Amino acid sequence: MADPGGEILAASAAGSVVDEPAEEAPAAPAADPLGTYTGDARRYDELLDRSGSLRPHWEPLIARLAADGPDAAKRGVELARRLVIENGVTYNVYADPQGKDRPWTLDPLPLLISASEWRRIEAGVAQRARLLNALVADLYGPQQMLAEGRIPPELPFGHPNFLWPCHGLKPRGGTWLHVYGVDLARAPDGRWWVLGDRAQTPSGPGYALENRQIVARVYPELIKEMDIRPISGYFTALRENLLGAGAAVPDDGSESPLAVVLTPGPFNETYFEHAYLARQLGLPLVEGHDLTVRADTVFLKTLSGLRRVHAVLRRLDDDFCDPVELRADSTLGVPGLLGAVRAGRVMVANGLGTGVLESAAWLGFMPSAAEALLDESLQLPSVATWWCGEKPALEYVLRHLDRLVIKPTFPNQRFEPVFGRDLSPEARVRLMARLRTRPYAYVAQERLSFSQAPVWRPSATPELAARALGIRVYAVATAAGYAVMPGGMARIASDTAVDVVSTQRGGGSKDIWVLNGSTAVNVDDPHDDEQLARMPVRHDELPSGLVENLFWLGRYAERCEDKTRLLRATFAVRADLQVWDPALDSCHRFGVLDEEEEPVASLFDGEMPLGLPADLKRLAWCAARCRSKLSAEHWRSVSVLQRQLHEAAVVQAEPRETLDRLLLALASFAGFMLDDMTQDDGWRIMILGRSLERMHFLATLLTQVLETEDEPRRGLLDWLLDVGGSTITYRTRYLAAPRLASVIQLLVFDESNPRSLSFHWRAVRKTLVQLAASLGGAVEDVMEDSIHRLSAAGLAPLEDKSDSGLAARRELASALAALELATGKLSDRLGMRHFSHTDLDVKMVAM
Amino acid sequence: VTAKQPATQPAPLRYRIRHLTVYDYGSEVVHSHQLLQLTPRTIAHQRCLAHSLTVRPQPALRSERIDAFGNRLTRLELDRPHGRLEVDAQMEVELLPRAAAEADDTLPWEQLREALRYSAQPLPAETLEALRFRCESPHVRIKATLAEFATDCFTADRPVLAAAEALMHKIHAEFTYAPGETTIATPLMQLHEERRGVCQDYAHFMISCLRSYGLSARYVSGYLRTEPVCMPADADAAEEDDGKLLGADASHAWVSVYAPPFGWVELDPTNDRLAGVDHVTLAWGRDFGDVSPLRGVILGGRAHQLEVSVKVEPLTS
Repeated sequence: MADPGGEILAASAAGSVVDEPAEEAPAAPAADPLGTYTGDARRYDELLDRSGSLRPHWEPLIARLAADGPDAAKRGVELARRLVIENGVTYNVYADPQGKDRPWTLDPLPLLISASEWRRIEAGVAQRARLLNALVADLYGPQQMLAEGRIPPELPFGHPNFLWPCHGLKPRGGTWLHVYGVDLARAPDGRWWVLGDRAQTPSGPGYALENRQIVARVYPELIKEMDIRPISGYFTALRENLLGAGAAVPDDGSESPLAVVLTPGPFNETYFEHAYLARQLGLPLVEGHDLTVRADTVFLKTLSGLRRVHAVLRRLDDDFCDPVELRADSTLGVPGLLGAVRAGRVMVANGLGTGVLESAAWLGFMPSAAEALLDESLQLPSVATWWCGEKPALEYVLRHLDRLVIKPTFPNQRFEPVFGRDLSPEARVRLMARLRTRPYAYVAQERLSFSQAPVWRPSATPELAARALGIRVYAVATAAGYAVMPGGMARIASDTAVDVVSTQRGGGSKDIWVLNGSTAVNVDDPHDDEQLARMPVRHDELPSGLVENLFWLGRYAERCEDKTRLLRATFAVRADLQVWDPALDSCHRFGVLDEEEEPVASLFDGEMPLGLPADLKRLAWCAARCRSKLSAEHWRSVSVLQRQLHEAAVVQAEPRETLDRLLLALASFAGFMLDDMTQDDGWRIMILGRSLERMHFLATLLTQVLETEDEPRRGLLDWLLDVGGSTITYRTRYLAAPRLASVIQLLVFDESNPRSLSFHWRAVRKTLVQLAASLGGAVEDVMEDSIHRLSAAGLAPLEDKSDSGLAARRELASALAALELATGKLSDRLGMRHFSHTDLDVKMVAM
Repeated sequence: VTAKQPATQPAPLRYRIRHLTVYDYGSEVVHSHQLLQLTPRTIAHQRCLAHSLTVRPQPALRSERIDAFGNRLTRLELDRPHGRLEVDAQMEVELLPRAAAEADDTLPWEQLREALRYSAQPLPAETLEALRFRCESPHVRIKATLAEFATDCFTADRPVLAAAEALMHKIHAEFTYAPGETTIATPLMQLHEERRGVCQDYAHFMISCLRSYGLSARYVSGYLRTEPVCMPADADAAEEDDGKLLGADASHAWVSVYAPPFGWVELDPTNDRLAGVDHVTLAWGRDFGDVSPLRGVILGGRAHQLEVSVKVEPLTS
């Protein structure tokens, strides 16, 4: 029978407002900071006991709040909010001004858990991790649990993440589950209950560390005074797990182990955490196409060649990990990965196939599995769960629909959890028919009244309010068994009466403070939580995919700047038709304005493939993919850019003003590129991209102007200097109205003008020599012929009124066009040499 | 497509089969992983007498293993630039008449459905094996509408094989064989609406109906002797040395249903007949995804042309 606990739980009454005074709650002793905070008879209260007195382990915290007063509380809340934003802790990292990019809220008040209580949680979580590991090993091995009738075969066999190609596979050391997350909630009786297991790629440990680092800055003394256990040991253990015993390193010490964090990429909702975790662990963050499998061995494509990978911490769902053997439509995976795992030449954490454990249906079968697989009784109870595939369970569920939540058994079902009592009579009939047709696809759970804890309710003077919460606790495999992180992430409901907590549904999070409780000194150094941030990524592990994105980051930053200058200079000459026409023509040819559209509307038109809005979006996209190389401030400057353009487009602002502001923001972004980034080979390639883009743009622009029949007029030369960003330099140098020959001299040949062609080709030459020295190979010289030809073109005859002037202008235009081509060729060559090739193609023969 | 009664020769039949797959890539492929299921299974009614698999160009790595369903898998890795890939599978098999399964002697379908249901009791190995093929899988859906489609086949207390045969007749009668109109990505519910497709669609549809009744059914991939013909959409007829047309034969797919006490019984809904000595079995699985003859991931290559040709030749001994 699937019902683990008959004793369970009062259903939570709807609509209770917790922070209204309950009938007989006496005033709390330290009344000051507590304000109107009261307990709720239907819930366990983390802060107050049944009589309304403070639980002892909260006393130091509440005393501190009372001593500090409301102003300090307000400052604390404000500081936490600011740090969250500054660290760029956003739930989705993609810098989209319209929405998805929502700051992820953190309540700075920690959830306190006493030492004795934590010992029970810790032991229960470690046992559960052991159990799940044994269970998944059985499912992909002898399937004893199925044969004995302890577990319904439908649970694995119907689960989309039960991967038949993994059957029979034996991971190194027998470990499938390397990292494990479990959601717990405390019932009114004070016990912690398991709500669900995260056994595939548990998200959140990175957030937990981020929370700790922020809260430690809000309450720096408190965390020391109260002797709170640091959580950094978890990350050290994880790193040890990946690089140490578990990793597929030859015993002879001939190779130093390399582990990577595999992410689906910046469009994933938890990408920030992937980037953050990778940085904390000091491991390269890679996408599928950064890796390649050759002869059952996994390699990272790095700037300096292929580097063997011994362990992969994956944040990619298991069925997507290998398009050869698993989901063929996956473009995110690594072809051949499963073969390398099978050959024992790489460790993948968690093991491919562990996703099968993610279903509420397992909960009810755990006690029996624990007895059979561990010969132990299960320490942590699960919330009462009925898998409807069992006849008696189905009948029970149909009779008690009002008390239950109905959930899908399998993650690929299109079915949102529903509360039986919320259904209309018709919906209820439909649901019952559904349950009868495919009973094994549904799970019913008892509703659980979560415990509540205080949060700061933002207002003029912050007050404490009660919110329901659940906690997520993490464990990591070590040589000595599973180690549980002493802490984790508490997730709070968005309003008082809600018992569904999820970061995707609003709500927020809290740090969890576990008291040390023993008289002994903390074994771990509490400063470790901060110092962890300094584990360096090795230089020779720069993934080619990252390098490629850096190159394009350089190009798009410059491209946006060039196009902004072009547009700004053009809108400035709108009154002068003789200049406006050729300038507008140039804008059309660059694709920044549309011939059919009114110019201002066209400027903000996000649909134009080569328009400024589209390029700014590409810039943000590249920046997102280089997130691990950008500082928080640098990253913020990207969202500033997006926001500025978005706001201007909404009000159709005056174009010159908008473009002025954009140019400033772009200059600040470029400033970070030059002064704020580690100047390694990846950076050099980014700078190379910037220079190549600049040369490409300027050569194209000058070709356009020189190709026309007539010698350019003075107004057009002014415009040209403006677009080229060289007006001031020209004035200081020539003190005269612009002439063609001197404009060309300044924009093409003047080595001291940082916006000239020759300034950039010299920079490119220098960087190519540096790269060749560092990475080997010959220095690329595809530009040299065209530079030579350009240098040979005479400047003097350019202004001749005769045919010789026309011929000289044409020759210069054609030399510039050749240089433009050469920059394209150099860009391709760099791509071939240094980037990962991403034109992956999946082909299947049908029939 | 013509329906035919199963041949009932007592003597074993031998076949020589050649299955040639050629990719012509638009540009060079620099790296490629391929997975092949082109080795016939050895089972009660089938022996593999000879088998060869020739790959051009020579792969850097080639390995074999048996998958969870007992099929032989070949994995290839090619690491030199190549513009063309050729996989030439040649085999000789011997087919014996299959054990007779009396439809009327099979378990009533409701009883079987109950027997396959979870009851917290220990399971015999055969039942556990059958349960692998009773859930949804990537190409198989379980739907009330699919059960409705088959409702006149599943009358009360009907023996399971009789019901499955009735379902096969119904699908054969109501579906139109339409090469080239569907692909492996065509959703099952679209097949239900349009009722047009090729053998893999017939098979997936029939499996879905059976599983929608809580029964176990698996997908069988293999070959069928020359006529009746099941033509693949993309195989052009190509002349071979001996003058016989290649591609007149093709790889084929049909259904196997779990029908105790006879175990697994194979039905070919495309041809409306039980599988017999014309059906050569390569592999079986939950659906096409588990048994596709050749799949792979390549780096580079751009557009490619694919030619598949199959020749099934009876051998006279």
